Amino acid sequence: MLKAFYHLLARDLRLAFRSRHELANPLIFFVLVVTLFPLAVSPSAEVLRVMAPGVIWVSALLSVLLSLDRLFKQDYEDGSLDQLMLSPNPLVILVLAKVCAHWLLTGLPLVLVAPLLAMFMYVPDEAIGVLMLSLLLGTPVLSLVGAIGVSLTVAVNRGGVLLSLIILPLYIPILIFGANAVDVASDGMSVRGQMLFLGAVLALALSLAPLATAVALRITASR
Amino acid sequence: MFKRIWAWIQKFSSPKHFYRISGKMIPWFAVPAAVLGVYALYMGLFVAPTDYQQGESYRIIFIHVPAAWMSMFIYMVMAVSAGIGLIWQIKLADMIAAASAPIGAWFAFLALVTGSLWGKPMWGAYWVWDARLTSELILLFLYFGYMALQSAIEDQRTADKASGLLAIVGVVNIPIIHYSVEWWNTLHQGATVAKFDKPSMHIDMLIPLLLMAIAAKLFYAAIVLIRARNEVLYRERNRQWVKELVEKL
Amino acid sequence: MPESESTNTTLLETRQLECVRDDRLLFRDLSINLSEGEILQVEGANGSGKTSLLRILCGLRLAEAGQVLWQGEDVSDVREDYYASMIYIGHLPCIKGDLTTLENIRSLLDTRSQSAPIEEIDAALTKVGLSGFDDVPSKALSSGQRRRILLAFLLLSKTRLWILDEPLTALDVQGVALVESMLMEHREAGGSAIFTTHHGMQLPCEMSSVTLGVQC
Repeated sequence: MLKAFYHLLARDLRLAFRSRHELANPLIFFVLVVTLFPLAVSPSAEVLRVMAPGVIWVSALLSVLLSLDRLFKQDYEDGSLDQLMLSPNPLVILVLAKVCAHWLLTGLPLVLVAPLLAMFMYVPDEAIGVLMLSLLLGTPVLSLVGAIGVSLTVAVNRGGVLLSLIILPLYIPILIFGANAVDVASDGMSVRGQMLFLGAVLALALSLAPLATAVALRITASR
Repeated sequence: MFKRIWAWIQKFSSPKHFYRISGKMIPWFAVPAAVLGVYALYMGLFVAPTDYQQGESYRIIFIHVPAAWMSMFIYMVMAVSAGIGLIWQIKLADMIAAASAPIGAWFAFLALVTGSLWGKPMWGAYWVWDARLTSELILLFLYFGYMALQSAIEDQRTADKASGLLAIVGVVNIPIIHYSVEWWNTLHQGATVAKFDKPSMHIDMLIPLLLMAIAAKLFYAAIVLIRARNEVLYRERNRQWVKELVEKL
Repeated sequence: MPESESTNTTLLETRQLECVRDDRLLFRDLSINLSEGEILQVEGANGSGKTSLLRILCGLRLAEAGQVLWQGEDVSDVREDYYASMIYIGHLPCIKGDLTTLENIRSLLDTRSQSAPIEEIDAALTKVGLSGFDDVPSKALSSGQRRRILLAFLLLSKTRLWILDEPLTALDVQGVALVESMLMEHREAGGSAIFTTHHGMQLPCEMSSVTLGVQC
């Protein structure tokens, strides 16, 4: 079972590195969207500092959302998804492997590039660690919950907007607590509560979302 | 015993049987809903005392609060019946869920409109990012997502299951969303903004409100039955009994 | 001699299967009995529900009514067991263009929690006419060659039950002969298979068949 997890994870990572140019796309998107705000609003440090946590978090969220397609689309189109479902291994484990790969390829890079954007947006140095930590706890939830949505919509023609419609409301709690943590940390206050909340939601998503995704995949395959 | 109950459930939930029974049930919900609704509105709009703080404009709560309650309640009904449909493969449950969604969305919409109308004299703006209104707005989005998914998938059975699962995921998320929005609101809100339905409510206000809530529930029951009947006819249009029914007309 | 084995056990069985797609009844009361060493061809016109039937047999699609039994037990109860002893090849390629032939085969086997030594994979690739292509990215292969990767996967999986949806798609004359000989060998080894095809397939052995789309 662990082997099946590992093999699938390794396959997805290998596939991603075979087409490296696509790998960078969500990351570039992330940086690009954040760059739009100083241009649209104002380059002044005071304004940007106020907006920074929200802007960075919303951009991260959209970037993950756009990359969700990668999770199951290709497997659905070439029939590999059927093979996964016919595996003697529990589908939940395989789903977890795929979500893990997705996070390593999109969520983790976002965490790593966040300090650069923090600099762009004049986030105080002492809040950068919190920004990274909040993304570290929050982005896996985005991948996990997104997997449910993408497995429900993967067979729908032009399912992209539909996916955003059903997934974005579910992302709101993560956005609120993630952005707020950075905000509070900029004022030099404790963010223990926010981090505990993000951790709790991560634990909940980790235990329930793969189950829901597995059910959703079976529903999608049954048409 | 259990077997008998199960057999009864199966019998009642067969679309044909449901169609026959529900036709008789609708007036039993619709008439009391109308009577009670008119009475409660009269009580609320004319009899209930004027609020000493908010004046007459508070009276919109007799629409707003029941609508908000209903939007929540219907989402629960939807998720529960979708769950029943998903687990026990009862088609009728799926139809109830599908029939409920637009009603729930309308109640959520109504709650938002009345809320913002109330907001104008109270807050001086049609929209304030109040915790309740924001939660209601997110609930409306959840309804939209459900309905969009339901209509995007062509195969009816798949559509029911997929949107049903989404409703269940939504229900798990609603408390989390609700809690985080409340929390977010306490952070950003100034202290002086007036809030909806203060706990210290006069009994003459409370009774019409509760009556209105009951009327709304009856109204929902009647409408959902009507909609589910349409759904039954549409989905079973190729069955013999529907064809016979149509021929009789 | 397989014919003389009258005690052949039933592997896969269906009871009163009913399938509806887009409001159209495809088949109902379909009962199939597949025993060890039996090859079953599913026949029927386009849109008669051949693919739907195979997907129901795999447990991918849910039947409107009826049951699918694996060795006498409902497949949803013995899923793990069932999936370990059957293999389904649909009409989609299941091949990743960015992976090489060898990697594709390995990852397909991995999803089944199977592995094979390199000599065995080489032998299978030689048999399906892909020797020397093991390090070639699959996007450089023709669609017939990609189908052949799946045939190698089929050989290496060593399962008792093959469920093949249009296995002859994109194959040339030699490819068709290859599939036929694979089916024969599989049968001689006591394996069973269910397949659909639009091309005529001539197997020099007994073959049962079921035709869809006559009842309605």
